[in-house]
Amino acid sequence: MSEPTTVKKPGSLWARLHLRERIKDRDTAIYGVLLVVVLVWPMSTYYATGSSFLTSQAAHAGTWVLLAIGLNVVVGFAGLLDLGYAAFFAIGAYCYALFASFQLQSSPLHHAYHLPFWLMLFVGMFVAAAAGAILGFPTLRLRGDYLAIVTLGFGEIVPQLFLNLDQWTGGINAIGSIDQPSLPGWITGPWAGATSIAILPNFNFSYDPTAYYVLVVIMIIIAVVLVTNLHRSRLGRAWMAIREDEVAAAAMGINTVTTKLLAFSIGASFSGFAGAYYGASFGLVSPDSFLFVVSITVLVMVVLGGMGNITGVIVGAIAIYFVLNNVLVSLPTNAESFANAVGLGFITKTNGDWPGLAEEARRLQFLLYGLILVGMMLLRPQGLFPSRVREQELKHDAVVEEETVAEQVPAR
Amino acid sequence: MSLLELKEVSAFYGRIQALRSVTLEVDQGEVVALIGSNGAGKTTTLRTISGLMHPAGGSINFDTRDITNTGPETIVQRGICQSPEGRRLFVRMSVQDNLLMGAYIRTDKPGIAADIERVFTLFPRLKERRTQISGTLSGGEQQMLAMGRALMARPKLLMLDEPSLGLAPILVETIFTIVREINAQGTPVLLVEQNAHKALEVAHRGYVLETGSIVKTGTGKELLESEDVQKAYLGM
Repeated sequence: MSEPTTVKKPGSLWARLHLRERIKDRDTAIYGVLLVVVLVWPMSTYYATGSSFLTSQAAHAGTWVLLAIGLNVVVGFAGLLDLGYAAFFAIGAYCYALFASFQLQSSPLHHAYHLPFWLMLFVGMFVAAAAGAILGFPTLRLRGDYLAIVTLGFGEIVPQLFLNLDQWTGGINAIGSIDQPSLPGWITGPWAGATSIAILPNFNFSYDPTAYYVLVVIMIIIAVVLVTNLHRSRLGRAWMAIREDEVAAAAMGINTVTTKLLAFSIGASFSGFAGAYYGASFGLVSPDSFLFVVSITVLVMVVLGGMGNITGVIVGAIAIYFVLNNVLVSLPTNAESFANAVGLGFITKTNGDWPGLAEEARRLQFLLYGLILVGMMLLRPQGLFPSRVREQELKHDAVVEEETVAEQVPAR
Repeated sequence: MSLLELKEVSAFYGRIQALRSVTLEVDQGEVVALIGSNGAGKTTTLRTISGLMHPAGGSINFDTRDITNTGPETIVQRGICQSPEGRRLFVRMSVQDNLLMGAYIRTDKPGIAADIERVFTLFPRLKERRTQISGTLSGGEQQMLAMGRALMARPKLLMLDEPSLGLAPILVETIFTIVREINAQGTPVLLVEQNAHKALEVAHRGYVLETGSIVKTGTGKELLESEDVQKAYLGM
């Protein structure tokens, strides 16, 4: 019996939908580079600078990478604009902070809980996912701009809630001295510690940023594996269809409400995951760490990295983090030393209305940040590493535009 | 019992009544045409059947089950699939990806692959353009793809909303030939058309819809020969 050739290789069909074979090469390369950098980073920066400051900074950047990966599910895959993403981050962080510090001692409960980090990591994740579902359920019938406004409101309400429930959360005083994670005994074992056969020497979260660095890298790897598989799954295709055309998606038999709810909830869960990590690594959780600017920064990372593409989003997150915490922060000193080096030392001094170069640079920081963002969007509107589908979308839009122009030109 | 039965279905857009006690049926193996002028309620009828809208009164039965208040995704699973008004392709996906999306509710990969080939036999033009982005297809090809995509769900009833809209006369001819062919392969078709003449030629039976009510029904031939229909819809 002769069958069509495609029947023999049914697996390749769905693969084609995601254009996997073409994505593969570039993404593998990016993952490869990232992995090498991640592996050599702690050692090389320690030898170069003599401190583990850069490792600790990288560990902090990891939080943003996790957030960006999560928001990408909502914005990049499902096409739902979420402007209140920091709320879920806050929920994850507070979830850990409350149950792993002395905070609840002074609450009406009068009992402090010290639950293990490893448990709370997943509890934070589930609580955030549940919050995502609760927010999503009444609001996901809204579309586009309306949804964005409601999520914006949610993002404002949640930190306010943590601020005003000061009986429980300490309000403006924040929650401090949060427990550091510790590896369970069966991993460290009797051989850990001072003995010469220590397998995991110095792997102590209280002193060593490298421990957090390793932890966040593992968390990111887990997140990437999960999200990549989701993207290629049936659910991933449903998200794609909804992003393209919701009515058509419904006509294909996709339950649009459930599918969008899942995007919201899964996206939120990564944020909760990141929140628990943030609470532990920073040791302090305060309502003003989760303001609107956090949501927007994550959104910028996603858009700038390349919406819908996981590697792009990771690179975007690292790039924006670097610009915000490194380029902009060291700008005043760098500007000053540059001026001195080229013999313009006089502009570093205050003179009448002129506050001195360093101060001026400090004032212009965010103008520069804005210029960098605008510049990058002008140069690469599709993001640093856009998904192939998205690239095609932009290409298609250009083709359609050309065609409409061509139609308007009278034929000869 | 008929495959699809609408009993005195009424529907509203806000306070405006779009359907007034519409009763119609589609039997196994039939092509049924629903004709009428702009705003008569043809598309509303389809939207009500496919669950994108819920009727305010009356009942809808499909395949011996009540689907009056069932959601669109469940209705697709029960076996009604439509090529919606305005085609609604995933314009940024390729032809093949659109077809795969049509098979979303199915999980039998070999069956899906075989059905893609079947659609390509039905529409050879699509096979040539398999990897092309669907938004760049011509109007006729887009219509073919919309029909092909609806067929990918292996529907027990195929609903087509204005398949000839905006197409060149030669393509209109092709589209209706294909409707006949799809029906000959065993799929009943509910066809909504403004091009009454063509639709009634293809259809076994037809319904005439006027301001939300069915005003006339009969076999395709009867309606084609009826004086009222000729005057109102066939321009004779």
